[in-house]
Amino acid sequence: MKKLMTGNEAIARGVYEAGITFAAAYPGTPSTEILENVALYKDDIVAEWAPNEKVAFESALGASIAGARTFASMKQVGVNVAADPMFSFSYTGVNGGFVMVSADEPGIHSSQTEQDNRYYAKFAKLAMLEPSDSGEAKEMVKEAVKISEEFDTIALIRMTTRVCHSKSIVELNERCNVPLKNYTKNINKYATMPAISMKLRVKVEDRMKKLEKFSNETPLNYIEWNDKKIGVISSGVAYQYAKEVFGDTVSYLKLGFTYPLPMDKIKSFADEVDTLYVIEELEPFIEEQIKANGIDCIGKDKIPNVGELNPHIIRKNILDKENDSLDTDANKLIPRPPTLCAGCPHRGVFYELGKRKNIMVTGDIGCYGLGALPPLSSVDTIICMGASVSAGHGAAKVYRNNNSDKKVVSVIGDSTFFHSGMTGLLDVAYNQSNTVTIILDNRITGMTGHQDHPGTGITAQGQETLEADIEVIVKALGIRNVKTINPLRLNEMKEALDWALDLNEPSVIITRWPCALKRRTEKEKNEFGSRFDICKVNESICIGCKKCLSTGCPALSFNLEDKKAVINENMCLGCEICSQVCPVNAIDTIK
Amino acid sequence: MDTKSILLVGVGGQGTILASKILTTGLMNADYDVKMSEIHGMSQRGGSVSTQVRYGKKVYSPIIGLGEADILVSFEEMECYRYLRYLKKDGNVILNDYQMPSAPILSGKAEYPEGLKEEIVKKVDNSLVIDAAKIAKEIGNIKTMNIVLLGALIKSMKLDFIDWEDVIRNNVKEKFIDINIKALKRGMEVV
Repeated sequence: MKKLMTGNEAIARGVYEAGITFAAAYPGTPSTEILENVALYKDDIVAEWAPNEKVAFESALGASIAGARTFASMKQVGVNVAADPMFSFSYTGVNGGFVMVSADEPGIHSSQTEQDNRYYAKFAKLAMLEPSDSGEAKEMVKEAVKISEEFDTIALIRMTTRVCHSKSIVELNERCNVPLKNYTKNINKYATMPAISMKLRVKVEDRMKKLEKFSNETPLNYIEWNDKKIGVISSGVAYQYAKEVFGDTVSYLKLGFTYPLPMDKIKSFADEVDTLYVIEELEPFIEEQIKANGIDCIGKDKIPNVGELNPHIIRKNILDKENDSLDTDANKLIPRPPTLCAGCPHRGVFYELGKRKNIMVTGDIGCYGLGALPPLSSVDTIICMGASVSAGHGAAKVYRNNNSDKKVVSVIGDSTFFHSGMTGLLDVAYNQSNTVTIILDNRITGMTGHQDHPGTGITAQGQETLEADIEVIVKALGIRNVKTINPLRLNEMKEALDWALDLNEPSVIITRWPCALKRRTEKEKNEFGSRFDICKVNESICIGCKKCLSTGCPALSFNLEDKKAVINENMCLGCEICSQVCPVNAIDTIK
Repeated sequence: MDTKSILLVGVGGQGTILASKILTTGLMNADYDVKMSEIHGMSQRGGSVSTQVRYGKKVYSPIIGLGEADILVSFEEMECYRYLRYLKKDGNVILNDYQMPSAPILSGKAEYPEGLKEEIVKKVDNSLVIDAAKIAKEIGNIKTMNIVLLGALIKSMKLDFIDWEDVIRNNVKEKFIDINIKALKRGMEVV
C-alpha cells in the first residue's frame, strides 16, 4: 500500500517496520512529529517523551544495551544536549540496534542556530545516513538499524526541515519482529573508564575503517551516469534540488550514506567527469573531505553555506539562469509577525514585566520568546533551553557584587523547567543569587504543539501517570520564597512581582494557567473552569487611547474611523487582560 | 507530462493545509508522483501560511521557486500579492476576495494596502477573483471557504476526472462530508 507521508511520519513508519521496541525524544521543531507518530504504535513500541534530549538518548542507549532495537530523535540543538552520552556510547557500541535522528534546520525557521549536524557524525565517529525524501527516510531507518548492529555503532539519520516536513509517497511494508538480543555483563565494553576507553578508542578507529569499506560498497551510495561533462555529488534534499535543475543532463553520485564517505567511489566518479560539483545544504561537509583527499571540486564557491538551499539558487549560481517572475513592490506589503495567541496566559506576565524599570529579564526557548517582540518588548536575552535561570544567576551575582540595585528576572516555561531549568535553579539556591524566577506553567509544551511532559500527568502514549509538582520541586531545590498565581489577574502578577523584587534572596513565581489553545482535561476543567466568556468594548465609554492594544492581543484592533478599540469575537477567549488594562473600564465580559 | 506546481497561500486558520491534504491525496490516487511542502510561521494563529504541491510523472524538489508555480491559489488578498513572484509569467491566479488584517494593521500602526487586487488582476492574464466567503456562507458554513477554493483550483487545473468526493469522504469528519462536497461542487462551478 502506498501513502503520502511527511519525512517525520515516514521515519516513524520505519521505526515500526524495523522492529524497534523502545523510542524516546524531547519535542523540538522540525523533529517533533517523529515521536508523536511512533507513539501511535502502542502495541509494539514503547514511546516516551523524556524531560530532555540527554535523557531521551540515555534511556534509549540503556534499552539498546538491554538488547532491544531502540530509537531516539531530536532537533539539531537537541543533539548538543545529548552530545555527552552520544560520544561515550559511540565508544562502547550497541547491543540492540540504536538509531538516532538529528533534524537540522537550514534557514532557522524556529531554532536558535543553524547548525550542520553532519559534523557530529565525524566528531563522535558515528555511521550517518541522509535521506532525501520520505520514501528513503523510511527505508533508511531499516538500513540504519542493521548497520548499527553489524558494525556495533550508533547510526545517525540526519534530516533537514524540508525532508522532515514535506510529503511524498511511501510504500508501506510489514513490521519485522526481532527477539531481544542477549545481554551479558561486559565492563570491557560498557564501562568507559580510562583504561577501558583507551582500548575502545582503538576499536572505534577499526570500526570506522570497516564502515568506510561498507560506504564504498553499499547501494545507498549510487552513481547515475548521464553526460560526463558535469558530475554532481549530492546528498539529502540537495540531491532533489540538483535533479530538479539538471534533470538527466549531468551525472550524479547520490550519497545516502554520508559518514564515513565512500572515498574510493568518489575518486572513481571524479576521474570520469570533466567538472565536479558538490551540491550540499549548509556547510562544506562533503567538499572539505573530498578536497582533503586531493580531489578537485567546486562547492561553496557557488552554493552558499547560509540558509536553506533551493533549486533557484543552484540554477542561478551554477547555470547563471533565472526564472522570469512578475514584478511586485515589496514595500506595499504589511508583515504578519507572530504574536502570543489571544487568551495566552503569558500576556499578563510580560505586560507587567514591561512596566518594571531597572530589571534585566533573561528569557528562554518557547512561545514566551515572543515576549521579546513589540509591543511587549520585555525580554532581554534568549540563549538556549534552560539558560534563562542560570544566566540570570550569573547576571544577578555581578549586579549584587558591584552594588548595583538592578534586579534579574528569569522566565522559563514548564516543559523547559523540567528540560534544564531545574539544574539552573539549584545553582541559584546553592550559590545564592537573588533572582526572581518566573515559571510560566501553561500545563503543556506549547511551542511545538502540545506535547505532554512530566508536569501534565499524561504520557506520550496517553496513559495517566504521576504529575510532577513544580512548587514542591522548587522548594526541594532550596527556594524558600515560592508563590503560585493566576497570570490572568494582573493585580496578582503585580503583587507577586513587588513581593519578589523586594526580597534579598531568591524567589520563584509560578504562573499557572493552561495554554489558550489547549483542550482542557476534565481535571483541568475542575481547576480552571471550561471556556470563558468573551470581552466586548463599550463604544460609548472607549476614549480611543489604545492602551488595550499595548497588550499585543491579536483579537484587538483599532477602528481608525471612529477611533475606538474593537474586539474580534471569533478570536477572543475572554482572558480579560485588556479590560484590566483599560483606564476607563470600557471593556467588559459578556455571556 | 511536465511536473505541475501549485502554490496555496493564506493566513493561519483558514484551512489551507486541509485543502492541500485533500488535493495531494487525490493526485496520489490518480497515480501521479506527488510532493507537498508546508511553510508556516511560528504563530499558530494569524501567521502567513503557504503550502506547495507538485505533481507529475516524477517529482524531485518538494518546493516551488520564483516564477515556477503554474497556479497560485490565495485565500487572502495581501498574501496573494506577497507570493505573486512565485507565479510563472503565464500562470493562473485564483484569488479569494477576502482581507485579513495582520497585527500591525490591527494595532493601527499600518493600513491594509489598497489596490492589490486590481494590480494582481492587471498583472496576471488568467486571474479569477472569487468571493469564496459568500459562497461558503450560502452553503451554510463559512469555514468551507477553503474547499470552495479547492473546487475552483481543481477545475482550473483540469483535474476534475479524479474522484474528489471519495477523497473528501476519507479525509473530513463525517458530519462535515456533505457540506464539503457541496462546497467543492460550488467551487468547480465558478470556473
